[in-house]
Amino acid sequence: MASLKDLRNRIRSVQSTRKITSAMKVVAASRLKKAQDAAEASRPYAVRMERMLASLAQSMVGLPTAPPLLAGTGKSDTHLVIIATSDRGLAGGFNATILREARRQIRALIAEGKTVKIMTIGRKGRDAVKREYPKLLIDSVTDVGRRGVHFSEAKSVSEAVLTRFEAGEFDVATIIFAKFKSAIAQIVTVQQLIPFGAPTTAAPADDVAGAIYEFEPSEEEILTELLPNNVGVQIFTALLENAASEHGSRMTAMDNATRNAGDMIKGLTLVYNRTRQATITKELIEIISGAEAL
Amino acid sequence: MAEKVKFELVSPEKILLSEAVEMVVIPGAEGNFGVLPGHAPLISSVRPGTIEVYEGNNVAERIFIAGGFAEVTPERCTVLADEAVTVSSLDRGAVDIELAEATTRYGESLAAAEKGNDADKLRFKAAERLLAVATAKHQAIEASGRH
Repeated sequence: MASLKDLRNRIRSVQSTRKITSAMKVVAASRLKKAQDAAEASRPYAVRMERMLASLAQSMVGLPTAPPLLAGTGKSDTHLVIIATSDRGLAGGFNATILREARRQIRALIAEGKTVKIMTIGRKGRDAVKREYPKLLIDSVTDVGRRGVHFSEAKSVSEAVLTRFEAGEFDVATIIFAKFKSAIAQIVTVQQLIPFGAPTTAAPADDVAGAIYEFEPSEEEILTELLPNNVGVQIFTALLENAASEHGSRMTAMDNATRNAGDMIKGLTLVYNRTRQATITKELIEIISGAEAL
Repeated sequence: MAEKVKFELVSPEKILLSEAVEMVVIPGAEGNFGVLPGHAPLISSVRPGTIEVYEGNNVAERIFIAGGFAEVTPERCTVLADEAVTVSSLDRGAVDIELAEATTRYGESLAAAEKGNDADKLRFKAAERLLAVATAKHQAIEASGRH
């Protein structure tokens, strides 16, 4: 049986673990709030960008002059998979679920006979891909969004992607990230970046319906400016969602850990007290029987 | 003038401005254009320059933007900006330095780009853009008559 001293040490160590996990929970909660606000604040831009693109794309789709970012390169032999994860662990199943989905996608693509290239955002994703698909990894970015995600970071990622696209290194690009639903639920999402998927919001907004826009300069020129920008915006949105998901997931994980530590302390304290009483009783019996023997 | 146009200035990170205004002047890619209520639907790209918001017949606010896109409908005018600051918060000294740096970089990359290397050409494009932004900032300050 564990000695009293061992038990005491054990309790103390669990107590300090609980202190750490509860502190991490508080930190994650406040970061989550910030990340959520940031995601919220970025939405108007994305929505308007999409609206503009939708009206532009409608007039361009199918035309031979449509830029490759919209129409694709005409084939889909090489796929670029961008995996967005976090830099830090201890966020419950956050990185694991993203990577599981990524693995599924990659395997499916390989099974179809496509060439797959992988780009990772975040240390966890990079490490995992390095272990499993070291040959497919072409680029990795870490330390994104240390102090909140900034658009400039998303922009530099998108520039890297676009340079590769223009160099003809891949035909289709998708990004895998976790969409934030709540602190408990994050939905792993696979989104196609290039070519630009047909806008999912089918009906254009009220006042735009039927409006015929003039374009200045030409539609094509605006599109060639707007599309790269849109890739940046989509990556930015993905990173923001991912950041919120990461903190949400960490908050939940740390909440669980804190609760588990509490339960453990309760159990250990019970054992400790029982042992202590048993020792006292034993000592009393020894003293009494010693006195009686005299 | 009772009618107003709903003007929104949005950056990727947040909505910078959303208000009903009488007129805005936007530095479009092919020249400045003013937006009054009832403007024909228009989508235009925006060059680096100053957005002027008019109240009455006076400029109520000048905002510098480093480029972006504008969407105009009869009721609404939305500008998606890459980077935007009010002209009054631009620092003359800093802008002067930025302009000088951009000019030297432009010169350097121009020399390099003439040799025809692709990477250098890209760098030249970037430097060209930086210079355009810096020049526009400089002009914005000059135009606001602040010294």
